[in-house]
Amino acid sequence: MATGKRPDKSGSVDAPGAGKMPASDELDSRRRSLEAKLVSKGVGPKASSDDKGTETAAGVAQAMKLSSEFIAGVLAGAGLGWLADRFLGTSPWGLIILLLLGFCAGTLNILRSAGHVAENRGLTSIKEVDRDKPE
Amino acid sequence: MSNDPIHQFHINKWVPIDVGGIDLSFTNSSAFMLATVGVASAFLYLTSSNRGLIPTRLQSVSEMAYEFVASTLRESAGNAGMKFFPFVFSLFMFVLVANMLGMFPYFFTVTSQIIVTFALAILVIGTVLTYGFMKHGFKFLGVFVPSGVPAPLLLLVVPIEIISFLSRPISLSVRLFANMLAGHITLKVFAGFVASLSAFGAIGVGGAILPLAMTVALTGLEFLVAFLQAYVFTVLTCMYLNDAVHPGGH
Repeated sequence: MATGKRPDKSGSVDAPGAGKMPASDELDSRRRSLEAKLVSKGVGPKASSDDKGTETAAGVAQAMKLSSEFIAGVLAGAGLGWLADRFLGTSPWGLIILLLLGFCAGTLNILRSAGHVAENRGLTSIKEVDRDKPE
Repeated sequence: MSNDPIHQFHINKWVPIDVGGIDLSFTNSSAFMLATVGVASAFLYLTSSNRGLIPTRLQSVSEMAYEFVASTLRESAGNAGMKFFPFVFSLFMFVLVANMLGMFPYFFTVTSQIIVTFALAILVIGTVLTYGFMKHGFKFLGVFVPSGVPAPLLLLVVPIEIISFLSRPISLSVRLFANMLAGHITLKVFAGFVASLSAFGAIGVGGAILPLAMTVALTGLEFLVAFLQAYVFTVLTCMYLNDAVHPGGH
């Protein structure tokens, strides 16, 4: 009720005098009060649930990425082990050891793509310097 | 039979060709690969043929694609990486157009075949290895040796790094293939619900609205995934190329 009253009053005072500047001020204040009202009416929660939706989509993408990284590590290790056994005749040790190493590599891949382990620590600084050099 | 969600991935021989016992048939997969290349090149050629200072709508689309890939590549591999631009741009356009063509009903999705995505990934890793060894010789092997690791641990760390490197083409191809395959199967399954539910009379038709709405929503999501996977493929390609251009040790 109070907000409905205020614009009427100030409008009638300003209209003959200063022209458009106070009117835009008034618009701003109206917009602000509308925003506050919308938030209190529950448009705010709707926006936040929208955020949640994109969050789950991003989460699924992240899960897909991380799982494929891990599976790829294990598969590469197992493949190498199988090849070693087949051509070097080290069966079954090649498969056992390289599968375990593949497991490590998969974990390393995951940590790397999640950003918990730096890409080859210490070399990144060299990369940065190199990148800054003009061609 | 028409409800079988896997049916869309069957490879049919259109023109059987057999060379010395090797099956080189022209299949629906090869046809759609050709179509992908055709559509991509025709689009880029036609939209950039009468280029104006003020771009038309379609021209700005192809310019956006160019700028997008160029900035991605420059950010992750630096200016020295720009010599790979034609390669990366072709990869991006191929994957993107193949994914988008796959969204048409009754079309075959080329990127849902793991052998296709694996071939693309091998192409990337092959380029990285070839260029890395050509440019840096054996110093390129420094990629596998993290600095600041005590010598005894290197025995363990270097094999892990090598396996991690070898797993890159696998994860690159599996990600694209799995996303496209899973998305298309989900879409088909939900669309199949609509048909089978509506066979149960009035209540069924009413109930079929739910999977129908889901199918519409999933179609939108699939378009997003189709673009996103092309983008992810490109970004990872750029990151791997960065290893070839700037390997760790100097």
